[in-house]
Amino acid sequence: MQLTVSGLPVFIYTGGQSFAPAQPVVVLLHGAAHDHSVWNFQARHLARHGFSVLVPDLPGHGRSGGAPLASIEALADWLGALLDAAGVRRAAIAGHSMGSLVALQAAAQFPDRATQLILLGSVAPMPVAEPLLSAANGDRAAAHAMINHWSYTFASQLGASAVPGISLTGLNRRLMERQGDSVLAIDLGACNAYEGGLAAAAAVRCPTLLLCAERDQMTPRRAVKPLHEALAGVTDGARMISIPRAGHAMLAEAPDAVGNAIRSFLTRR
Amino acid sequence: MTQYGPPAPETLALHAGQFPDPAFGARATPIYFTAGYVFPDADHAAALFNHERPGHVDTRLSNPTSAVLEERISALEGGIGAIALASGQAALHVAITTLMGAGNHVVASRSLGGAARNLLAHTLPRFGIQTTFVDPRRPDEWRDAIRPETRLLFGEALGNPGLEVLDIPAVAAIAHARRVPLLVDATLVTPCLQRPLSLGADLVLHSATEFLGGHGVAVGGLLVDSGRFDWEQSGLFPTLTEPYDGFHGMDFSEESPVAAFLLRVRCEALPDFGACLSPMNAFQILQGIETLPLRMRAHVANARTVAAHLTRQSIVARVAYPGLATHADHELASRLLPDGAGAVLSFELTGGREAARAFIESLKVFSHLANVGDAKSLVSHPSSTTHCRLSAAALAAAGIGEGTLRLSVGLEHIDDLIEDLDRGLYAASRVVGG
Repeated sequence: MQLTVSGLPVFIYTGGQSFAPAQPVVVLLHGAAHDHSVWNFQARHLARHGFSVLVPDLPGHGRSGGAPLASIEALADWLGALLDAAGVRRAAIAGHSMGSLVALQAAAQFPDRATQLILLGSVAPMPVAEPLLSAANGDRAAAHAMINHWSYTFASQLGASAVPGISLTGLNRRLMERQGDSVLAIDLGACNAYEGGLAAAAAVRCPTLLLCAERDQMTPRRAVKPLHEALAGVTDGARMISIPRAGHAMLAEAPDAVGNAIRSFLTRR
Repeated sequence: MTQYGPPAPETLALHAGQFPDPAFGARATPIYFTAGYVFPDADHAAALFNHERPGHVDTRLSNPTSAVLEERISALEGGIGAIALASGQAALHVAITTLMGAGNHVVASRSLGGAARNLLAHTLPRFGIQTTFVDPRRPDEWRDAIRPETRLLFGEALGNPGLEVLDIPAVAAIAHARRVPLLVDATLVTPCLQRPLSLGADLVLHSATEFLGGHGVAVGGLLVDSGRFDWEQSGLFPTLTEPYDGFHGMDFSEESPVAAFLLRVRCEALPDFGACLSPMNAFQILQGIETLPLRMRAHVANARTVAAHLTRQSIVARVAYPGLATHADHELASRLLPDGAGAVLSFELTGGREAARAFIESLKVFSHLANVGDAKSLVSHPSSTTHCRLSAAALAAAGIGEGTLRLSVGLEHIDDLIEDLDRGLYAASRVVGG
């Protein structure tokens, strides 16, 4: 699906089904130097189970026009405009990594619009290691290698994959290469600079789920605690689920477990 | 690459794509010899068919043993994934039929194996796909042969049987300037000697029957995707960028901008054409790949010695081996194949067909057969076997004479190989000498 947001073209993947705004809407936000395709499995799963799924390519990523937005706050504003353009009043918002910060900020900024919040591979604040930040600015190949090294379990480094015949690290490297030269640096810069995460978490009231991968080295489980605690205003507290045998790239490494966890959270009574 | 790069080829050859079997802890890759897979429930079945869960529904489409092979070759080649097929020819057929249809066109090197050449020259035209053959050494020929309807450039990393070295960076640049991909048959080099995707090729195919397996027991083919070619931006590949009625109206490029090609192969070519690899063959090829880095080093060492030995023989008119300084592509080979120019070479006996016959029939260690890439040394006479359907002019253009012999140098002790070749050369010299 193609929309115009703030005068720029935005591509939105809808999980293989036509967008039907009458159904409950869930927005899935990708992370740094990624596009909608990281969400393929989960989007198709939710779309076949009664959800209208919106998986946008963020500005300057994938098929969406414009330049990447340089701050998490700007991306949250953009998400509000995207929902307006899609004619969606309320939606569940899920995000992975950088996308989780956008989801968090948006849930705090538009409390009446977020029905549920799902944060995958999320910590707040989200400082980015200096060698990675500097490589993203000067040596993209080195930055991509570091991201693959820290995002995937050793089994994936060795080429094993839940998806028959696919090399997950190879796929991720090419996906990052496809984004424009400055995209990774801008995205990581936005994550690194975002200081409002804990304050945003404190303002969140809608049901919230944290998905933490057991072997995440980018946003390790032990570092999630401050964010989890800051989500104290959430009714019944934020839930936290561990995804076994997966790294930060849990969407790709544990597509079933992640899809099941999201669907189960969205449909619970 | 930095310290964060992938494991080395020796490690990948042993481990890539596999971790100890979660069911029973088997260290070796189990052979999942099954045609079908039990669905735990109806929703799971629907989910698999909707591509919302990864998994296996039918061995015609994917199989856990074959998937290990696919992921292993992909890791070794530096690709985003691979598809295992019944043979190298099936891999070539699937690559072409996934990218194009009737009315389209291929530009191919004229130095191809006999079966590939036949498919392109005689069989595919019946289905409306034409091929122009070019001298692989002439960039201008590649460039001039491209037409508006061209959808693929194709060559072998090492030509057959003249061992022309494909200038992959140059030909890839020509292809990309015209928004079409380059497919390279890397059977003779294997990822241990060259990784064509790192040199600019977009797709790689292997006849896994040869060096990858090494044992000559299992026929199989592999197709690896670099994930670099931008199908959407090219605009020439509607099979990858427009909804496909045969699979939920999926637009493969929209679904996965990077893996669109592999998705289409998995969703169309495998189910419809049915050229899947047997899991047993996948297992056997995996067994071979485990020792590939060791074997290729030994193959190359023997081939270098054999090539040098042949150059010193008075009844050998010429030896085609890019590792020799006399080969026209020697400089290119040192650049693109720094670890060795493979283990296949050809040479021309001065005595023509009769000398070739005497040579082959007196060999005791080399086996006379049409394949290459076995651990055992092989010899063939292209003009009477693999390339017998070529006209005299086409033979000459491909550098094949009546006295041309092709060797695939194996892993026997080099002294035994030299002694065997000397036996053949002596027999041939008696023909030459009258």
